Amino acid sequence: MEIPITQLKGGEKGELKRIDGGISFRRKISSLNIRPGKMVRKVTSQPLRGPVVIEVDGRRLTIGRGMAMKIFVEVNR
Amino acid sequence: MGNQNVGKSAMFFRLTGINVTVSNYPGTTVEFKEGRLNLGDETAEIIDVPGTYTIEPTSKAEEVAAKMLKEGDIVINVVDATNLERNLYLTLQLLERNVPVIVALNLWDEAHHKGIDINLRELEKELGVPVVPTVAVTGEGIKTLVSRIKEAKAHKKRHNEKERWARIGRIIKNSESIKHRKETLLERIEDTTVKPLTGVPIAIFVAFLMFYMIRIIGEGLITNVFDPIFEAYKPLVISLGNAIGPGTLHYILIGNMIGGQIDYVQSMGLLTTGLYVPIAMVLPYIFAFYLILGVLEDSGYLPRLATLIDTVMHRLGMHGLSIIPMLLGIGCNVPGALSTRILETKRQRFIAATLMAIAIPCMAQIAMIIGLVGRHGIAGLGIVFGVLFLVWLFLGLILNRIMKGGSPEIFMEIPPYRIPYWGSLLKKLWMRMKGFVAHAVPYVLLGVILINMLYFSGLITLAGKVTAPLVVNVLGLPEDAVGALIMGFLRKDVATGMLLPLGLSLKQLIIASVVLAMYFPCIATFVVLFRELGLRDMAKSTGIMIIMALFVGGLLNILL
Repeated sequence: MEIPITQLKGGEKGELKRIDGGISFRRKISSLNIRPGKMVRKVTSQPLRGPVVIEVDGRRLTIGRGMAMKIFVEVNR
Repeated sequence: MGNQNVGKSAMFFRLTGINVTVSNYPGTTVEFKEGRLNLGDETAEIIDVPGTYTIEPTSKAEEVAAKMLKEGDIVINVVDATNLERNLYLTLQLLERNVPVIVALNLWDEAHHKGIDINLRELEKELGVPVVPTVAVTGEGIKTLVSRIKEAKAHKKRHNEKERWARIGRIIKNSESIKHRKETLLERIEDTTVKPLTGVPIAIFVAFLMFYMIRIIGEGLITNVFDPIFEAYKPLVISLGNAIGPGTLHYILIGNMIGGQIDYVQSMGLLTTGLYVPIAMVLPYIFAFYLILGVLEDSGYLPRLATLIDTVMHRLGMHGLSIIPMLLGIGCNVPGALSTRILETKRQRFIAATLMAIAIPCMAQIAMIIGLVGRHGIAGLGIVFGVLFLVWLFLGLILNRIMKGGSPEIFMEIPPYRIPYWGSLLKKLWMRMKGFVAHAVPYVLLGVILINMLYFSGLITLAGKVTAPLVVNVLGLPEDAVGALIMGFLRKDVATGMLLPLGLSLKQLIIASVVLAMYFPCIATFVVLFRELGLRDMAKSTGIMIIMALFVGGLLNILL
């Protein structure tokens, strides 16, 4: 099942499938080595539509909710 | 050049010996810095470029980085050894630019602790340029790096994005091996401090602990170190005073005798108040604040705080990273105003700068407020800082409503926790203290002279008469308080001290402290804000400050 990372549960992992949005956003994400095939773990999300914290290759990143909704991962549920 | 948080500024500092502040949060270098490096008989100009992940710019800092690249003859590419795969992306891009590159494989010690083993020979062969392992904070490997700069090489094979990642995959496979090992305690608490349920209570505890420690250290230094020094210094001043005899010189150097005695806060002489206020009342708190702030910065806690507070900051028209100008502003509004540069949009920078300048008193002023209002107990202090916090909150909500546009979303890497390295922590503390003494003491002395001249010439009395409708009727302060308000343009700490001889009631002290904090930035902050915001926005910002100060002061006068 393919879902945006905002829908991952805290601590849940998924394999990154695609990144939507404009070229500059996609480039920004991929230059951080967050690319299709990578395992993404959602660390947590802040309440009231706050930002999402994800972990890729042991590095944590805080991203706004809007951006996080454009990053899709595959999960086995 | 290199990614964010890989130690570029520390490396720059090691290479040039210039004073650069290194902190464990993104965006320390928003504007580039220049320095010189001695290479035997030649000197080379070195530029500290902002952190970037790609030379196809995706943000303002990266734009600066891309521009700087065009001007460089050689690139020292600082690479995070603990995160080779991602860092090599920039390295490959640099190699394609036909500019000579040398790679500094930094955080070498951390990689070792993490069980990461990198085959240097193999990596050098793969990249075709020199690779030198370094630990920038301690200086390890820097000599080798400098001696090998001549070997920097250029290539020019072009790749597209896919090819680059494929090549990185091969390089990693051939040169890196990772041993599995147990998680350290620091790694285990990483998640706990960003999860809202645990992170928010921890953040509140950290904030509380921070201010408690500042107070304990500050007060401890005053009672145990600085007050005894100034007591010992008193006979010297008295005998000097006797030697000069009464007159203008005595008035300027020693000041008024209060009840036949020298009173360090009230006398207003150059050698009494002019030295005592900045050194014995303010400096101890500055020291305490920057010590604690340094630990917070270097440990990597601040990006976590920025994450937790992001939601709140969005309601105020900013985002989580705006916590940085606010925190730096507590030390001194000048670096606070400068650090608004890390925010992306003009709107965000305007709101952050205005809120900081109006509602965040600097540590010098806080120290004086504690000294003055704190004499009457903790309740008065609570009102002063509570009111300022409410001003910050409501003004932010209002500005967010009435200003066009929205705030961009936060996008920030959270660096791993690091145990602060004492050498660089103390160096940073020393630089900040030096900065304070160099800037504050002359201003304080100048202010003391100026205020004496204004009193002498009767201009203060005149100003008191002219502003009486506002100062007396609206704010409920005596006419003489205008002297403190004038001084406040120069130094708010001395200005707050000038309230003492006026014999104000607690209510008046509270109003005067709040108004002094809000009504206008001190001259040093004003200059920086003017440069950062431009004439129009600066005029708007100061207009808001004056109106809000009168409004809040007047309201307090009615309510208290």
